[in-house]
Amino acid sequence: MGLGPFRLTEVAHSLASRSLIRNFCIIAHIDHGKSTLADRLLESAGAVSQRDMREQVLDTMDLERERGITIKAQAVRLNYEASDGRSYVLNLIDTPGHVDFSYEVSRSLAACEGAVLLVDANQGVQAQTVANAYLAVEAGLEIIPVVNKIDLPSAEPERAAEELARVVGGDPADTVFISAKTGEGVDELTERIVEVIHPPSGEEDLPLSALIFDSYYDLYRGVVCYVRVVEGSITAGERVVFMATGEKRDAAEIGVLTPGSVPVDTLVAGEVGYLITGAKEIDRVRVGDTVTSAYRPAVVPLRGYTDPRPMVFAGIFPTDGDDYPRLREALEKLQLNDASLQIAPEFSQALGFGFRCGFLGLLHMEIVRERLEREYDLDLVTTSPSVAYRVTLPGDEPVEVRSPADFPAAGREMVVEEPWIKALVLVPPEHLGAVMEIFTSRRGELGPLNYLGTERVELTCRLPLAEVVFDFYDRLKSKTRGFASLDYEPDGYQPSDLVKVDLLLNGSAVDAFSAVVHRPQAYAYGKEMVTRLKDLIPRQLFDVPIQAAIGSRVISRETIRAKRKDVLAKCYGGDVTRKKKLLARQKEGKRRMKMVGSVEVPSEAFVAALRVRD
Amino acid sequence: MNPSGGLLPPDDPRLADQARKWRSAYLHIPFCEEVCPYCDFAVVAGRDQLASRYGEALVAEIRSAPVWGPLDAVNFGGGTPSRMAPELLEKILQVLSSRLGLRKGAEVSLEANPEDWTLQKAESLVAAGFNRVSLGAQSFDAEVLSYLGRRHTPAQIVRAVTAARKAGFVSVNMDLIMGSPPESASSWTETLQRALENNPDHLSTYSLTVEPGTVLWKTVRAGASPPDSDRQAECWEEADRECARAGLVRYEVSNAARPGHPCRYNLSVWGQGEYLGFGNGAHSFRDGRRWENLRGVERYLDTVESGRSPNRRFESIDGWAAETERVLLGIRRRAGVRTGRAGGALWESPKGRELRRAGILGLHGDRLVVERPLLTDEVSRAILTLPPPDSACLG
Ligand SMILES: Nc1nc2c(ncn2[C@@H]2O[C@H](COP(=O)(O)OP(=O)(O)OP(=O)(O)O)[C@@H](O)[C@H]2O)c(=O)[nH]1
Ligand code: SF4
Ligand SMILES: [Mg+2]
Repeated sequence: MGLGPFRLTEVAHSLASRSLIRNFCIIAHIDHGKSTLADRLLESAGAVSQRDMREQVLDTMDLERERGITIKAQAVRLNYEASDGRSYVLNLIDTPGHVDFSYEVSRSLAACEGAVLLVDANQGVQAQTVANAYLAVEAGLEIIPVVNKIDLPSAEPERAAEELARVVGGDPADTVFISAKTGEGVDELTERIVEVIHPPSGEEDLPLSALIFDSYYDLYRGVVCYVRVVEGSITAGERVVFMATGEKRDAAEIGVLTPGSVPVDTLVAGEVGYLITGAKEIDRVRVGDTVTSAYRPAVVPLRGYTDPRPMVFAGIFPTDGDDYPRLREALEKLQLNDASLQIAPEFSQALGFGFRCGFLGLLHMEIVRERLEREYDLDLVTTSPSVAYRVTLPGDEPVEVRSPADFPAAGREMVVEEPWIKALVLVPPEHLGAVMEIFTSRRGELGPLNYLGTERVELTCRLPLAEVVFDFYDRLKSKTRGFASLDYEPDGYQPSDLVKVDLLLNGSAVDAFSAVVHRPQAYAYGKEMVTRLKDLIPRQLFDVPIQAAIGSRVISRETIRAKRKDVLAKCYGGDVTRKKKLLARQKEGKRRMKMVGSVEVPSEAFVAALRVRD
Repeated sequence: MNPSGGLLPPDDPRLADQARKWRSAYLHIPFCEEVCPYCDFAVVAGRDQLASRYGEALVAEIRSAPVWGPLDAVNFGGGTPSRMAPELLEKILQVLSSRLGLRKGAEVSLEANPEDWTLQKAESLVAAGFNRVSLGAQSFDAEVLSYLGRRHTPAQIVRAVTAARKAGFVSVNMDLIMGSPPESASSWTETLQRALENNPDHLSTYSLTVEPGTVLWKTVRAGASPPDSDRQAECWEEADRECARAGLVRYEVSNAARPGHPCRYNLSVWGQGEYLGFGNGAHSFRDGRRWENLRGVERYLDTVESGRSPNRRFESIDGWAAETERVLLGIRRRAGVRTGRAGGALWESPKGRELRRAGILGLHGDRLVVERPLLTDEVSRAILTLPPPDSACLG
């Protein structure tokens, strides 16, 4: 994004001497104040006029502003007069903190020499503090440990500093203490950035190689790439090649983000900016690719990224089948700005035509769904999320099964593997027991404990991803009174005893309700779903049996009794209009129903499994 | 009063269809002693001192009514009209009949609460021209009455009926509320029994409904148990049976009457007859338009006293809207409704076919009838879903 509603305040792009450039990102656990710190830095550089200033100004998407979280990383260039009398160029990237978007963090790190690692003075080190710190260390970045929110009455800055020092292996005395809210300590931090973070290396005279670390799609200008020039230089108008795809294009416009986009003539090694070639096909211009010159190409591309693998899959269907083409168009448009969103057409007997979509996590899924509903005015049914299983039938190659509907029926001979993750939980010692209990009940294999000071334990655990997809996080939070934080990463596949549980309404299986579950849990799951559906599906004009079954074996059943009364008590002269409105509202409610056979099922019922379990 | 509909049974289709030509007036009297927890009418409690001012305002509003009439039915509703001085009610009725005219034998009805209904009051009202009273009996179970926030005893109901009869009211109705949470099956049986023992000419049985914004709604939202709709279905079935046994014919979802005693005012509304409403929150329907009066008592008074019209929210009910509304209202009657364009469209629609299969919708000659009245709203919603026909066919 980045081309938000900014007016240009100052266009000061002089070719900075490379020794005066500092490229860094701000990383932290969710809500520890990254975007607020970015606000202060922008302010002190005078990058945003008073009029345009607002909280978390870099969070420009409506959803980011509403939810108060960063979803997309955001780059911005600032000028800074340091106390040594020199004028520095700071290229800052504000990153998201939520685990679903850690891919954004990794990409940002590759464009930087340093990272400001924030920790909330009240909350101390949390799971994404650790996870992001490790990512920064792996990327070889200089880390500046910072304790934020020292203005809070409940702040414990020293403790936070100690925990932080343990994570990054430094001395607590090196910590900078700030309040991103009041601005206290921010100048000292900026001085530290200039002092500690290395200027970028790289040779202007070498052939161009620039890393595309992010991109987005602009309706009028096509694909806009965010690039970090690593070697050489790029000049407006020159012919460039995208090395992975071989696509040749003119660099129609290059520029910097201040945070409004400001065109420049050249970007040289060490600088960060944007590149527009007019390309409309996002797949020809991929994030992680290297841009080089068509006349004097680099020999080897830079190390790119591995594409993020979707972790969870769910079906998205229009409530009204006629909206299918609009849904496809909307998903394709969203994909232009979100490479991690995968889509494939899917047909469900219950729900008609739709898409099976792959997401980085549940938050990602929720955000996609909300954007579809709001920005494209679609009325959708989302099925309960599942993971991708690897199924091998005798004599066949393994196939990936992303929808329970495609899972082979029970009783067939097969090998099923499911994805596992390595989870990292940070928790105060008094809640450790609760966390271990949750892990064990979810088939977890506990790893070693690591004490970060006396107040916090780091616990690792391997467990099936499917156990985490549903309500794991909520449960973890509630059992630890909000004190535990979680991070995870994929950790391979493992064979498992899994079965498909079908749900039958009025005698016929509803494909959208099928789920793959660990065999020992199948009975409890079936019972839970049957009860849940009984509450969710309104009474119909006839009795509706609900059954859960493994293959042809029914494991649980309930009946929704036919409704007996559906009539207003009164309808007199005084309120004909009101009664009509009431009936019309009830009718609207019915529009959100899907006809499954002859049964009316509310859209919400299809995500019922989300709230099921325990 | 000539008995309503002569000797036609209350559910006779001819009676239902005649009602379309009737004209009626509704007069709203908003005063109550307390607001009952389930009530969402335009009422005020503890403001009886406004009564004479309010009476004057009603008179003024009636005097500025269009030339229209004569009236076949007059209904004083509320609120609690019986709280108002009989002289005041008489004056209002007089102004009404001199302005709009009363047809000979017109129904002149008022609602009354048992606790303020005396023989003396009843006699004055008969003398003033009233011939029908509708008593808010609600229940013969003291616990249920107290749950409903009612301020009378079962004994007072019996005394009120006796007083009405003695004073010479031609038609006596009782309202009952069924299926409130503290009401057991046997309590409802007892309430029905005792109501019928008093030989009402008309009996209305309403399921307790949780209306948004009421005190009841708030307590239910806070976790109190709502009325059980299956229980209410059972109550309704029992009432249907017992009324029939007692010679009362159920002619609408919630209403039963002895031959000659169906409520003319309500028949007129269900038959799409025209009515004018006076007083705060009153609705009117005339010349293809419906409108309502300002709902707040004070605002109503201020507006009328300063010579302005309290009417607002005019809504035009014509063409297809009028046709669907005809079916929507008429279908609540046991006599059903002439099929017509909307009824025909409903009958042939996919939803209509489903309702036929489920035994809910039936055709008796040229009339559409709901065979299972407890599921009437299935039909009502289907009517509202009918697509308007091409304007070419509308004529
Ligand atoms: N009291 C106080 N509150 C702060 C401070 N810094 C940030 N906050 C508040 O903390 C909340 C989160 O701040 P953000 O800047 O959105 O946090 P973030 O790290 O960007 O969050 P994500 O992008 O969602 O990971 C907001 O309500 C801020 O106002 C601080 O120094 N003191
Ligand atoms: S007495 Fe009747 S009108 Fe008055 S508050 Fe009670 S229910 Fe409502
Ligand atoms: Mg943020």
